[in-house]
This record gives sequence, C-alpha cells and structure tokens, in this order.
Amino acid sequence: MSDQVRNVERLDLLAAETHEGPQELRPRSQTGVDDLGKEMGAVLRLQGLNLDPASIDVEGPDDERMIINMGPSHPSTHGVLRLMLELDGEYILRTKPVIGYLHTGMEKTAETLSYVQGGTNVTRMDYLSPVGNETVFALAVESLLGIEVPVRATWIRMMMNELNRISSHLVWMATNGMDLGSSSMMIYGLRERELILAFFEKTAGLRMNLNYVRPGGVAADLPDGWEDDIAVICDTIYDRTFEYDQLLTGQPIFRQRMVGVAPITAEEALALGLTGPLLRSTGVAWDLRRTMPYLAYDEVEFDVIVGTYGDNFDRYAIRLNEIRESVRIIRQCLEKMPAGDYRTQDPKVTPPPRARIGESMEALIHHFKLFTEGFHVPAGETYVGIESPRGEIGCYMVSDGGPKPYRMHTRAPSFTNLQAVPLLMRGGTMSDTVTVISTVDPVMGEVDR
Amino acid sequence: MITAPALTPEGVVIADGTACDAVFFATADNYFATVTALKADGFEMCIDVCGVDYLEHADRPLPEGVIPTRFEVVVNLLSLSKRQRVRVRVQAGNESPRVDSLFPLYPGTEAPEREAFDMFGILFDGHPDLTRILMPEEWEGHPLRKDYGVGRVPVQFKEGPGPR
Repeated sequence: MSDQVRNVERLDLLAAETHEGPQELRPRSQTGVDDLGKEMGAVLRLQGLNLDPASIDVEGPDDERMIINMGPSHPSTHGVLRLMLELDGEYILRTKPVIGYLHTGMEKTAETLSYVQGGTNVTRMDYLSPVGNETVFALAVESLLGIEVPVRATWIRMMMNELNRISSHLVWMATNGMDLGSSSMMIYGLRERELILAFFEKTAGLRMNLNYVRPGGVAADLPDGWEDDIAVICDTIYDRTFEYDQLLTGQPIFRQRMVGVAPITAEEALALGLTGPLLRSTGVAWDLRRTMPYLAYDEVEFDVIVGTYGDNFDRYAIRLNEIRESVRIIRQCLEKMPAGDYRTQDPKVTPPPRARIGESMEALIHHFKLFTEGFHVPAGETYVGIESPRGEIGCYMVSDGGPKPYRMHTRAPSFTNLQAVPLLMRGGTMSDTVTVISTVDPVMGEVDR
Repeated sequence: MITAPALTPEGVVIADGTACDAVFFATADNYFATVTALKADGFEMCIDVCGVDYLEHADRPLPEGVIPTRFEVVVNLLSLSKRQRVRVRVQAGNESPRVDSLFPLYPGTEAPEREAFDMFGILFDGHPDLTRILMPEEWEGHPLRKDYGVGRVPVQFKEGPGPR
C-alpha cells in the first residue's frame, strides 16, 4: 500500500471512474509524515494548515497504538455511523467517521420527482425534523416561483417548525440520557414527544414524514380545537423541562461526563462550518431565526440561547433551553394566529377545491394535470437556508423551467457538523466518544441522504 | 447586491441572484482567488459546496462574459458580521472538471468537496483525502452525473425464487 494520502497529485491512486482507495483510517506506518500532517489536518485542521510535520508524534511502533472500529451498527452511534478510532491505551489520537451506509440517492431521486412530489422525498432526510426539511424545500420552490404565501400558512409553518424543534430536542434529550445511563430520561423524552406526534397525526395525518408543508402553503388547515391541544402541549412540556433540569443538570455522574468534555472554540466552529447548537455553544449568537429571519420569526419574541465554553454541557443546556424558547414562540403563535387561507389561491400551484372537481370538467383536468405533470417552475437557481434543530439546513435548487428540479441539493447540518467529531474526540477517552456523538447529534438519514 | 471586494480577480462576473446578495461567476483559474477575496471581505463561513452537471443545458442563460462549461461547482458563503450570503458559481470544466480545493481557507469544506467528487467526479486540487464518501469505495461512475445510467446497476438476488 502506498504511503500517500489520497489526493489529486497522485491520480494513479485516484483512478478515475473506478477505485478511489479505501475510506478507512490507515495505520501510521503506512502514512508518511507529510501526509499524516494533512490527515491530522482532519483533526487539527486549524493548526494543521501550517503544521510542522516534525511536531507530529509519529515515534513509537504501531503496536503501541490500536486502530479499532466502532459501528456502523452500534447502539450509541444513533444510526449507521462508523468511526475508526486510533487509540493509545484509553486515549483517542485520531478519529475518522466513515459514512454512507444509509445513502439512498435522495438527491438523484429528487430529479425524478415533480415539485408536488418532492416534499415526500425531502421529508425523509432528517427524519427527526421532517417539517424543517419540507419548509426549506417549499421556500426554495417558492423563491423560484416568486409567489407569496398567505400569512396564516406562514404562521402555521412556523408553529409546526417549533413543535418539530421541540420533538427533535426531546429525542435528543432521550437518546443522550440513554447514552449516559439515564434510562428514565429516555422514557420521559419519548413520552413527551408522543404529545407532539399525536398532534402531527391529527393535523397532517402522519406522525413522521408528514409532507405537510408544501410549495404554496400547507397541506391542510389546523384541526378544530387545535388551540386546546397546543395549550396542553405547551404547558405540559414547559413544566416538564424543569423536571428534566432537576433530573439531569445537577446529577454528579451526568456532570462529570458533560462539563468540560470535548470543548470547541468559536474559531474552530466557524472554520469547520458548524451551525446550530454546536456553533451557539461556543458563544456565537448565530441563529437564522434571529439573524436572517424567514417565515414570521421577526414578529415573535424569543431569546437565542448561547453557551460559553463549547463543551458537552453547553450543548445540553442550549437544547434544553431551546425547548423553552420554542414553547414561548408557540404560545405567541397561539395568540397571534391570523385567519385566512392555509395555502395560496394561485391556481398554478394549488388544485381546485374538491367540490368543484365533481361539477367542472376544467377543474378535473386542472387537478389531473397538477398531480400528474406538476407545475412548471421558471428557470433559475436558488439557495435557501433555515434553522433546523441541528443547524442550518439549506436547499440549493436548479430549475430548467420544467416540472421537476434539474438539481436539488440539500445542505445537511448533520453532514457538516459530523466533521467536528475528530476534533472533539482528540485527546479524550474512549468513554467520551459516546457523549461526543450524542451532543453533535447527527441524524444519519440526513448525513447520507 | 453587494460591491465586489477589492481583491476580486479580473474576469469574475458579478450578478444578482435569487435569495442571496450576489452571485460571483468564476472560472477554475480565478476561483480560489475569488473566494480568498471574499473571505478577506468578511465571509467567515463556507456553508456549502456542491456540484451541478449542466449536460443538457450547455446554452443556459448566463451573464455576459461567462463561458459555460458542463460542470459547475457552487459555493455558498455566509458572512455572520454583515449578515449576507453570496454564491460563487465556478465553471469547472467539461470532460474532466478540476478546481482548487477550498480546504486551506475553510477546513469545513472537506466533506462537501468529497461529496462533490463522489457524485460528479469533480477533482479538488489540494484536498487532503479525496475519496468517495457516500458511495462504496469500489463503485464505478459518479451517480449524479446526468449521463449516469440509472437502473443499470446489477441487482443482487434477481434470479432468486419469487415470493410464495
């Protein structure tokens, strides 16, 4: 095996169209000093740019270190994440995430689905926050179409996004609790999430993968009596966040595994392109809901939660408090929910009402055309980014004027955030891997798409 | 629409774009210098790098002075201090697209560039570990290319007995 890191200078290693070399982490004996520097760049990227190769600890035989494999099917990797870890005893030197085990070619599939059908595809990417995926897809299509969405649709979208943020953070609290041995937290988190999923089912007909937010508005109006449901959800979850607080925050074992573990600085986070709770934990108050408002986030009051040290505990505290802020936003939605249409009345994107289909041939044809061929979107390209529970989820869309996207690319926050794992793990102990994966909170459906 | 940073190399065309402050049209030669100038101008974060294959749209409308190529690399930059977004669209080449890697400027482009390589076969000069990231390493071809044969992948167990 060659001692070169795979790059463009060695095209023979990068035989075009076929074999590009193994994706695994290789032993140090097979990695030259310069290349180790670059590879370490994957860990020490910031210093790695002008890293002195001599300063890399390459002395010592390989048999003192061990490369072990963790995953892809490991209970704490939250899906099919595979990590290759180079260990020195209990300490981690190098880490390489190997991904792609859940790759289903969703970006390719998107090119074969019309804009009407596209929502069913994107909603399956980040399966813990389907509404965020649908919203960013719908906003991208609407920015190309240049249509305005009714105010009520915008507010419904915002409320559903916040409910989804709560449910996603609750799953995070649950799985994080499970990883740290607090199985009560797991039960509580999933129990409270059930309230939200029941409301989703009542509204959209499905608990997950809703396809509720669609280009032009939302699929259905809120059900009768939604105000009471939302009030119950808000009150219950708001009160219970204090129970979680009591259960976890002061708990000595929890604190020992979270406080000061795996810190990251703001410079590192920005250089790595991290967004969401990971970036805010370093003290950078960057939340797209506040800094680049979309939907109606500029009309509601909420606080952007930031951390100080960028460690595991900050990331936990941010997510816990974001649940409370989301409750605050939902309560304002409850108060201010405007009346009106839940979808645009632009006949180009909205089918005629069901009652008219029975009596009008034109309406029937219109309905048929919309759901077989789909609507045409003017040629152009756009990028829209919104704040999902995990960070900035973006949709880059190219239209060639037809009824299907020419190219649809999703900027997945988990995909980018996963690059922080080697940096966060370096120098830590083996037991920290579990907490680091947990607080980075990757959803593999979105990483691999 | 924003003004071009002082260090923007010659030949870069700037235009309005949908849902962003400006679109910079670069070529493979002045791409790295353009992004360097933008980074110096306050674009601290590289949000995304992705490829596009315009095989069927060689004559797509582009601003004057931009020579279209089959492959484009699209980079989304974000300025936290100015709250602006810009896109850089790089005409990356026709048959063997090859551009500079942004890794020295934004280490966080490592994974997205690997994905663009995996999906489109775009080569990134200076990338530390250009391997496939989503597809299996022995995979042939680059699936998001428009001339990639969908449905021609051999299916395992196709000859097996059907359901009872």
